[in-house]
Amino acid sequence: MIAVIDYRAGNLRSVHRAVQHLGIACSITSDAAKIRSASRVIFPGVGAAGSAMETIRALKLDEVIREVISRGIPFLGICLGTQIILDGSEEDSARCLGIIPGMVRRFPEAGEKIPHMGWNTIEVIKDHPVLQGIDTHAQFYFVHSFYPDAANVENIVAQTEYGITFPSVLARDNIVATQFHPEKSGRYGLSLLKNFSLWDGSWG
Amino acid sequence: MLSKRIIICLDVRAGKTTKGVKFMDNIDVGDPVEMARAYYEQGVDELVFYDISASHDMRGIMIDVVRRVAENIFIPFSVGGGIRTIDDMYQVLDAGAEKISINTAAVLNPDLITEGARRFGSQCIVLGMDAKKVRTTTILPSGYEIVINGGRTYMGMDALSWALMAQDLGAGEICLNSIDADGTTEGYELELTGLISRRVSIPVIASGGAGRPEHLKDVFLHSGADAALIASMVHFREYSLSDIKAYLKAEGIPVRDVT
Repeated sequence: MIAVIDYRAGNLRSVHRAVQHLGIACSITSDAAKIRSASRVIFPGVGAAGSAMETIRALKLDEVIREVISRGIPFLGICLGTQIILDGSEEDSARCLGIIPGMVRRFPEAGEKIPHMGWNTIEVIKDHPVLQGIDTHAQFYFVHSFYPDAANVENIVAQTEYGITFPSVLARDNIVATQFHPEKSGRYGLSLLKNFSLWDGSWG
Repeated sequence: MLSKRIIICLDVRAGKTTKGVKFMDNIDVGDPVEMARAYYEQGVDELVFYDISASHDMRGIMIDVVRRVAENIFIPFSVGGGIRTIDDMYQVLDAGAEKISINTAAVLNPDLITEGARRFGSQCIVLGMDAKKVRTTTILPSGYEIVINGGRTYMGMDALSWALMAQDLGAGEICLNSIDADGTTEGYELELTGLISRRVSIPVIASGGAGRPEHLKDVFLHSGADAALIASMVHFREYSLSDIKAYLKAEGIPVRDVT
């Protein structure tokens, strides 16, 4: 069973629908016991970092997230879920979970249009099991105004160009996190979710 | 590099897809869920469904269409038409749409943009704008006027001013439809699209007038549009998505590979 963490953010149901479409059991939950007993955890989300962190702390989901990560459960962050596993965000000056070192920064105002919205490629820097078999020209669907600026290059699996070059896939041990939305990225996105459902959580 | 998006528009009335010319004489062209799935498999980048049902009683049918589309396609899609309240937005997003598009309701009640953006995030709120070329005056300095109710009511609002205001209010994207070009298949209104797209800092979807792949090339190269809306040129099978994408790629425009 894959648990999709419910912290009242948007987009949970699209992730759920995509995983179910692959024939994988999946449930949306904020129940600590259910998340603890899941074989895999997806941390999705669309919305603002500040209110997301408030809800996560109010529901005490931060403790549950740390616990499942420390037990080696395969963990997938998506979009806002990827951003708030870093130390902090320029959005709402939010203090985040501090699971992967780095800051969430806003795209420069003087550059490209904000949000970065649409289909873009990823340049894979390090192999990762969840990207296995995915064409190098594959494009993924992005929609975001802030990007996860990981502090350590060893956590950057892939990067994307949008005026600047920013990390678009992060990883650490049993955590993998995408800035794009695999659940909205057509068949390559579905392949990534399928790979995640088979991943044992080991990397590197 | 970010690809230019090709968005297919499906007009839905009472659960069936139609494509009209100048908002009149709609004819049925198919089942929206089946069409969405076919376009998804052919590699469309995004879809938009406009509910053109005259009556509010048809909302339930539209919500059911949205739900079935969401179960079958895994790319973003937006829904417009008849969305007047935060609750209307919630129902459509909850059924699985990525974004909602508001047009007349936003003109009559601009707070709806702000309220929707605060509740669901700016990325969910697409401002649909219908603009018509008019004589430049002091109240219409851009020479384009906002019209509502499917092109029937002139609002005395300048199109560029409205686009900038909507951006400040929290719109995440603008779908800009030229009433003059819509349904003509003679090409997008490049002057209008360039005027808006180059002045706002949010993405702009060009709409109205697409008839040939060259029209998409022109709107991407000469007006700075981020996405282009097409309908009849693919619904009536004059062109396939792969024809259009292959043509644009050969012209040096970044598009998402269909294969």
